[in-house]
Amino acid sequence: MRKLAVLIVLVVLALGLYVMARRRAQRQGWIGVTATSKINGVTARAPAPQVLLTDLNGQNLNTATFRGKVLLVNFWAAWCTPCADEVPQFVNLQQKYHDEGLQIIGISIDDSDSELRDFYRRYKINYPVIAGSQKIAQDFGGILGLPTTLVIRRDGDIEEKFVGATDFAMLEKHVVTLLHSTP
Amino acid sequence: MKLRLISLAVLLTALFSFAQKQPSPGSLQLIQADELVKAMQSSGGQKPAVLYVGPRLLYTQAHIPGAEYIGPVGRAEGMEKLRARAKSLPHDGFIVIYCGCCPWEHCPNIHPAYQELTKQGFTKVRVLYLATSIGTDWADKGYPTAKGE
Repeated sequence: MRKLAVLIVLVVLALGLYVMARRRAQRQGWIGVTATSKINGVTARAPAPQVLLTDLNGQNLNTATFRGKVLLVNFWAAWCTPCADEVPQFVNLQQKYHDEGLQIIGISIDDSDSELRDFYRRYKINYPVIAGSQKIAQDFGGILGLPTTLVIRRDGDIEEKFVGATDFAMLEKHVVTLLHSTP
Repeated sequence: MKLRLISLAVLLTALFSFAQKQPSPGSLQLIQADELVKAMQSSGGQKPAVLYVGPRLLYTQAHIPGAEYIGPVGRAEGMEKLRARAKSLPHDGFIVIYCGCCPWEHCPNIHPAYQELTKQGFTKVRVLYLATSIGTDWADKGYPTAKGE
């Protein structure tokens, strides 16, 4: 009888943990987003678009020049709490893996210029930040939710698209795997 | 003693799990995507006024056909636009608001919009439940979208 009670308790405990894990994953957008999901026509594993950008410092960038590096393109906004919370973690990733060939680009959506610059300075962002536009969003195949992060391999193909709050442990694993792969 | 400890662990897990449940129960009247599509396509009955209360850039990328752009109600300009639009809506009218800019529990626009409309006495306000975003929970699931202004 006592053993049965313990068994029931353990089953309930396991179910509770499963429900919690699933809810967390759903909130973070990791369920239902796969490597082959489409971004308004841009399919993961397809070549990343070549886009010309100008960052907050007036520096011109061409995403094509990052071929050979692992590129993370993060669409975010200062007004979007989970996006803003992620910025320090992107800063850490950039610092940690820059020498191994990681490049991050942040594209802000619907922030005012002053809000964006203030945020950029306050968080000491160590990668290019661009004020997003309709055209930039379209060039990347359309952005329909924040945060959205595209993971682009050294060969220039999109490896993955993540929508929703980022699981950085998982993202870092992806990045390390891609950094260690040959172009 | 051991059994008591395990029972306590189960209870705490259950409470934690319940506390994590989103959205906060009872605070918003929700409508699901398929219900909204049915309501919009229905030939009889009252069709909803669908108001988009998120950022413009996402709206122009893709929005629900027929949805009116209000703007991010989490900001003062957006709230003013919502108040102005509400003046011409009947208080017993069927109103659906949606955003889908970011994960549900972090959306800065939905709660202020819902609270404003209910405060003004609108009795049939529903919030479209989009757990992750308009892309993941609407467009990617094949529900209709329109582009542009």
